[in-house]
Amino acid sequence: MGLFSSSRRVRRVREGRYKLALPDEERTLVANLVAQLGELLTETTDDPSVRRLFPTAYHDDPERDREYQQLVRDELLGRRLAALATVGATREANELDRSQLTAWMTALNDLRLVLGTRLDVSEEAVELEPDDPEAPAYAVYGYLSYLLGEVVDALADGLGDPEPEPDSPI
Amino acid sequence: MAGPTPAPAPTEVDQPTDDTSTEPDAPWVVLVWNDPINLMSYVTFVLQKLFGYPKAKADILMLQVHNEGRAVVANGPRETCELHVFRLHEHGLWATMQHDA
Repeated sequence: MGLFSSSRRVRRVREGRYKLALPDEERTLVANLVAQLGELLTETTDDPSVRRLFPTAYHDDPERDREYQQLVRDELLGRRLAALATVGATREANELDRSQLTAWMTALNDLRLVLGTRLDVSEEAVELEPDDPEAPAYAVYGYLSYLLGEVVDALADGLGDPEPEPDSPI
Repeated sequence: MAGPTPAPAPTEVDQPTDDTSTEPDAPWVVLVWNDPINLMSYVTFVLQKLFGYPKAKADILMLQVHNEGRAVVANGPRETCELHVFRLHEHGLWATMQHDA
């Protein structure tokens, strides 16, 4: 049975509730990656791949962009760390509520952004030899893309469900 | 964007039509830029979630980002646009804002 051949990993079961059908080894992989990203974000936000998580808002106005970054940086970092913590806390769960699954979405995409930036991925498909030193990282990236797609499809199924709005930092 | 083979570019693009010309601080526009990492389905979902756009409109904007490199996804006064940009950044999209020249 291949990694992608079994039934859906994530699906909406009723209003605001989502089933998470992940094999143990995938839960362990996600939990390990989430813990690593949490450590990285706690240590530095200056790593080039981490900077991808804190984009420029004003291309043509560096002064305004500095103000924006000062205003939102801690809030963005806090929300990212909170999402990672939620995934860590629900790594064994078989059912998630919408805010928990949204945290999984955030964490999985943040992992893809950091890993994809490090791999310098492009939109073209990459053909790697099995013994390429980057093959394992590309495999993880591909898995994260697959799982994120499942999460997005499940959340899109529940777009009409009630969802509390997060507080505005601005 | 990463994803399946892109569909043909739409021949007509549905721009946001909010008329904010009477706002004192308008017009600012929020742009989303193409990047090779974010999934096409993810970008569509984020635009639906953040702006309440129906799926068809969110898909058109997503494809415009994918095919043309960027799309205007919202407009309005500066404070509103800055909050939009923040929420797009929270979701990992490459969003910027600028005066609508």
